[in-house]
Amino acid sequence: MAWVNAIIQGILTGGLYALFACGLSLLFGVMKVVNLAHGDLAVVAGYVAIGIITVTHIPVLWSFVVVVPVMAVVGYVVQRTMIQGALDRSVLTTLMVTFGLSVVIENGLLQFFTANSRGLGTGLALVTDSFTIGSQIQIAYLLVVIFAVAVVVLLGLQYFLSASKYGRLIRAVADDKEAAQLSGADHRHVFGIAAAVAFGTVALGGIAYGMYSQLDPTTGTDTILLFAFAAVVIGGLGSLWGTLVGGIALGVAQQIGAQINISDEVLAGYLVFLVILVLRPQGLTARRAQS
Amino acid sequence: MTAPANGEESAAGTPLVELRDLVVHHGQLQALDSISLRVMPGEVYAIIGANGAGKSTLLRTIAGLHRPTSGTIRFDGKDVTGLRPERRARQGIVMVPEGRRLFGSLSVMENLQVGATYSRPGPWTIDRVFELFSWMHDRRGQPTSQLSGGEQQTVALGRALVANPRVLLLDELSLGLAPVVVQRIYGMLPQIMASGLTVLLVEQDVSQALRVASHIHCLLEGRTTLEGRPAEVTAERVEAAYFGLAGAGVGGQPGEGSES
Repeated sequence: MAWVNAIIQGILTGGLYALFACGLSLLFGVMKVVNLAHGDLAVVAGYVAIGIITVTHIPVLWSFVVVVPVMAVVGYVVQRTMIQGALDRSVLTTLMVTFGLSVVIENGLLQFFTANSRGLGTGLALVTDSFTIGSQIQIAYLLVVIFAVAVVVLLGLQYFLSASKYGRLIRAVADDKEAAQLSGADHRHVFGIAAAVAFGTVALGGIAYGMYSQLDPTTGTDTILLFAFAAVVIGGLGSLWGTLVGGIALGVAQQIGAQINISDEVLAGYLVFLVILVLRPQGLTARRAQS
Repeated sequence: MTAPANGEESAAGTPLVELRDLVVHHGQLQALDSISLRVMPGEVYAIIGANGAGKSTLLRTIAGLHRPTSGTIRFDGKDVTGLRPERRARQGIVMVPEGRRLFGSLSVMENLQVGATYSRPGPWTIDRVFELFSWMHDRRGQPTSQLSGGEQQTVALGRALVANPRVLLLDELSLGLAPVVVQRIYGMLPQIMASGLTVLLVEQDVSQALRVASHIHCLLEGRTTLEGRPAEVTAERVEAAYFGLAGAGVGGQPGEGSES
């Protein structure tokens, strides 16, 4: 029963990891940009949520209504001002720029908010309560909600990419930037939209993590970015639903590791990551290489 | 002014596309040397020349994909030299690039939809393209990577048409296609022209170009070697201009040259 519990917990945690990963995967899929500041942006979103809740006293759960659009705008601006300029030089330059951004964000947060960790919605019934199945399986409401949010976000992203005008343009630009320009599409604007969407999803990830655990200025790189990376690689680079598959695989591996020995939790996750990287570098869900 | 223009045509009004002394470099290499040309509305203007003559570079520069080192590009009287390619496309300079360049992961329909996203008002719609190429409607859901070369070329043409171009730039339509297929695609040209657009095309197949063009312009190593109406130029002069033999001259009239 303890093993079943571990697997269930792992699957549900996978939803959280998918929230971290889908934006990273989207930016990589569209622009070939690996955004090393991705996790830090999640933390920023969490801090913004904490700030907004403190000032306006809106319910914790509704903070996303403000934070997601704010982060989307930040995404567009960061893309147009920093990432695009780097991208025009080379893809490698984008690594430097986003790495720099990551360092600046972390130190900025340390400077202004100290190294103390903060939680979101601590004391809220949704965050603390759980229900039990049988006698051994205890499931936190929060994890179920996060998992559901992740599925909704992925469905939304899929719909956006496959059926909307900008989704179509994003895929067109990802296929052939120059041909898209010849059709009148400004790839910089299209990339900006993609970044806005990606930052919006990571904002949800940051808020969710703030409720699930605690945020501090280094959470972005030492937890969120790494888990996002692992989920993306396990699931398959650039694949949307792959991030959920990868997130679940990572979550289950961690929980099973924790079941063996509580200190093995994180290591077990990375071992799966490493094994996939070696044996199936295209990830679990990826098709054969595309044109 | 300094453009070697056909006097009779320049009297007819503003050229739709006008290049003056266009110089383009690929890095250190000079690809185009002082090219001037005027494309009048309703023309089929063909740029011919051997491999590496600079034809595609010329077309890509007009579309905005290359920045000229010097010289100007005017479109309907306005200077568009500094304009980005997507802005030119939205104003009606639309190119069918060499090698089709369809969006491979998108379906036929989606390729056309992307083409129509920033379209100008005009007669061309996706439905009209489906009328012209009826097979496309039946296969609109297929990824373009599953189409034959000729079919892909037709979709690329359709993707350009739905933008309602004023001038359609066709870069090597015939490349890699069977002659029958090339004939069929060029056979569509009159119907396409009937909607009132102007065509500027690059073609390695000289006889094909001579058949459809109202004006030809021959390039050799980045320079203009011959220019005029197909009726005015003899096969010998075209051959000489194409291969760089002596005896070619620029323009239908004497005294016009850009060979300096």
